[in-house]
Amino acid sequence: MKAISDPKSKPPSGLSADPVQRDLLRLITCGSVDDGKSTLIGRLLLDCGAVFEDRRQALERDSKVVGTTGDALDAALLLDGLQAEREQGITIDVGYHHFATPRRRFIIADTPGHLHYTRNMVTGASNADLAVLLVDAGKEMLEQTQRHSFICALLGIRDIILAVNKMDLVNFEESVFNRIRDVFARFSASLHFRSVVAIPTSAVQGDNVTRRSERMAWYDGPTLLAQLEAVEINPDAPQRPFRMPVQWVNRPDAAFRGYAGTVASGELRPGDEVLVSRTNVRTRIERIVSMDGDLARVGAGDAVTVLLADDIDVSRGDVLATPDKPLQVADAFACDLVWMSEAPLLPGRSYLLKCGSRTVGATVTTLKYRVDVANFAHLAARQLELNEIAYVNIATVEPIAVDPYQENRTTGGFVLIDRLTNETVGAGMIRFGLNRSANIHHADFDVTKAARAQLNGQRPIILWFTGLSGAGKSAIANLLERKLYALGKRTYLLDGDNVRQGLNRDLGFTEADRVENVRRVAETAKLFVDAGLITLVALISPFRAERRMARAIVAEGEFVEIFVDTPVEICEQRDPKGLYRKARRGEFRNFTGIDSPYERPENSELTLDTSAESAEQLADRIVQYLRRRGALD
Amino acid sequence: MSVMTHLPADLHRLEAEAIFILREVVAECRKPVMLYSIGKDSSVMLHLARKAFYPAKLPFPLLHVDTTWKFRDMIRFRDETAERLGLELIVHVNRAGVEQGINPIQHGSAAYTGVMKTDALKQALTAHGFDAAFGGARRDEELSRSKERVFSFRSKNHVWDPRNQRPELWNVFNCRIAPGESIRVFPLSNWTELDVWRYIEYEDIPVVPLYLAARRSVVRRGGNLIMVDDARLPIGADEVVQEVAVRFRTLGCYPLTGAIESSATTVGDIVRELETASTSERQGRLIDFDQAGSMERKKREGYF
Ligand SMILES: Nc1nc2c(ncn2[C@@H]2O[C@H](COP(=O)(O)OP(=O)(O)OP(=O)(O)O)[C@@H](O)[C@H]2O)c(=O)[nH]1
Ligand SMILES: [Mg+2]
Repeated sequence: MKAISDPKSKPPSGLSADPVQRDLLRLITCGSVDDGKSTLIGRLLLDCGAVFEDRRQALERDSKVVGTTGDALDAALLLDGLQAEREQGITIDVGYHHFATPRRRFIIADTPGHLHYTRNMVTGASNADLAVLLVDAGKEMLEQTQRHSFICALLGIRDIILAVNKMDLVNFEESVFNRIRDVFARFSASLHFRSVVAIPTSAVQGDNVTRRSERMAWYDGPTLLAQLEAVEINPDAPQRPFRMPVQWVNRPDAAFRGYAGTVASGELRPGDEVLVSRTNVRTRIERIVSMDGDLARVGAGDAVTVLLADDIDVSRGDVLATPDKPLQVADAFACDLVWMSEAPLLPGRSYLLKCGSRTVGATVTTLKYRVDVANFAHLAARQLELNEIAYVNIATVEPIAVDPYQENRTTGGFVLIDRLTNETVGAGMIRFGLNRSANIHHADFDVTKAARAQLNGQRPIILWFTGLSGAGKSAIANLLERKLYALGKRTYLLDGDNVRQGLNRDLGFTEADRVENVRRVAETAKLFVDAGLITLVALISPFRAERRMARAIVAEGEFVEIFVDTPVEICEQRDPKGLYRKARRGEFRNFTGIDSPYERPENSELTLDTSAESAEQLADRIVQYLRRRGALD
Repeated sequence: MSVMTHLPADLHRLEAEAIFILREVVAECRKPVMLYSIGKDSSVMLHLARKAFYPAKLPFPLLHVDTTWKFRDMIRFRDETAERLGLELIVHVNRAGVEQGINPIQHGSAAYTGVMKTDALKQALTAHGFDAAFGGARRDEELSRSKERVFSFRSKNHVWDPRNQRPELWNVFNCRIAPGESIRVFPLSNWTELDVWRYIEYEDIPVVPLYLAARRSVVRRGGNLIMVDDARLPIGADEVVQEVAVRFRTLGCYPLTGAIESSATTVGDIVRELETASTSERQGRLIDFDQAGSMERKKREGYF
């Protein structure tokens, strides 16, 4: 076995100057647009000698062409590398930069201040230990500064350097600095940062960046660089319990079955007992394998491959953990959520949740409140827009193993993914599991769906009619139900208008309410299928995501989507309920096809053209279709 | 704290991060490939991949886009490496480009790179249906790279949209794509050139000998030292071929790659040389200087 932390393990070929124990600080810059973040970091890199000569020359050329500082060097151009950034003079996306001093290595994420690009700031903040928060000395504390402070706290950044920048524009006045420092202290008290060190700077001129400013002799604190070198990294990181999400199962041959993953926290040695979170099975670590030989001990951050003593069921997405401090296993959670998509978050809509190596379906069940970043007030909300932050309950379709985010970023942080666009739309931080799965058990009964179906002499199925208002959904569904009835089939018709008078009486027509409307109808239809019925649903159901959800919650083959494809002009001509006229007169809002979107189905089982055939003919077509599928046997 | 290695803490952390990324792609993507450029970064990436999947063999092939103008030493090293490690190596040449006689000498670096590198890469990725491709690029190399995510998404036409990158939080990588789209993945994103060489030294990783100083035949051309690697390089009447002790900081197509004068004959020498270097490694890459923002433009078009 290979020696570990062997003091003799010298760097090869006499690299004695190699900074073996030099630690790494990851930081971000943040704050409102144009406060001087990029300029400050550019200045820091220049003054530390971290800029190569050819880049410095390029900077001189660029400053003349696209700079914002006249003839002087525009240090921000060392960071704002995208064409669009240079054209607009702002930062759009986070950029990562390195520099090192004899004491420490740094990776700086320079993030954009512009509200629209907040999600790129969140990206940078998620891996940072410290934030340099800039405030323009000539301005009041802005909402965006507050938003960034709040996001830093939410993402677990505990140490803040408050750089009060552009001091040159306020005559290097001590009183201006003191006022901003105090405003921030009051404002941020509830965010519980461990340390806040305020430094007055001029990024353009380099005051208090790496050298003390003679023009601010009244300031006796550290320079920015001195503070970056001095701050302790994770001083109170306690001895956290062992956790390792299983990332990949390594099976080169039948004899070898290794579990590869990165240790999220704690330590591991051969012989240690571990618990598999999903199955709650215990086993022991037999070996820790590596290309350089077996290892005697591994710790947080190490990418490892372990062999287990017992032949048990373990797969990607499971978490190995210390048995005496297991993770929480639940399928409902309270968590903080930052929304990062132009499309709003809709409670009830199904997203994918990825936490560690586990991906499961998930739904926001309750939007408890949205945070007003200006004063941290809790506001009621029915949906969440781009860059908004909320406290929510989330339910997953299967239980997953988690820790509170404040205890472990790896097992407590997750992203939400849109199922259709594949975009990453939300960043979540778990506060605690709601343990719903422990309290509500799914009861299994002896009379099953199959048994009930057999008694009915039919195959239960959902026939889901979607289309615009007035397209003819209810009329065709009505005719179809009569035909099925005549054939001796047991049916039920769930009609959108009718459902809204009872079950869904409390819902309106906003996007969020429409999602919930469809969700309830889908769940009801699922119960009717379970009861053995042929269930007809006539519902506008304008969004693909919810139709897909309705399909996903029943078994394969139990859902038939029928698109009643009538152009909006024809629906409006027919206007059986006079709704289009009212919508056109502006008497109500959010009318599908007028001022609320309808997403056409892309692969429905049946598409009905009501201008080519009568309702009677179309209903017959559906009966034939069901016959072909054997649904009526 | 990490406890398992002879590596310095910072390199150990970078190594573990890269291994995590390699494994995540293999776990989630349908058909990954490793872009193997034969350079130092590729050598490190290959070494990391062997560690990530040990004792299994690499669960993906290597792809080398051969422009037919690489240094001869590179091709030799490539074939030896594939042989030594038993790798599945795909070599792709843009045949249409060869037939049209596209070359770096007459057509200029921009047009030549477009056809023989960017187009060739897209052809190969499309032909094999790879949905994820590892590349050895690092964020310290160039400004537009510093802005790129570890997982960088490409449309059906291999286009990068720098204004609309996916948020990338913690180490939770969203690998989901629609059919036809693909991901470029950069496990060495957070490494620097110095890290790469320090790691090569600690791990004793073989590299192409051209990285080490030796006396080589070169001509001075526009401030660059161009090596006369074969008879295809035209020598001007006023140019003299000299024997100079040189090495390369990056390797590519030999007529487009400038050498530096150096006496660094071991990897240890290189590390020491870099600790006091005053210019960046891209100084020697002629293709980056075609026009302002040229790397971003090339990347938008599908260059790695
Ligand atoms: N007078 C003065 N101007 C400054 C100072 N710091 C930055 N600036 C100027 O303020 C403008 C914005 O600077 P940037 O560094 O681009 O600001 P930023 O915070 O990075 O902006 P975004 O990234 O777009 O949010 C530029 O014109 C800078 O030259 C300073 O200390 N004093
Ligand atoms: Mg900026």
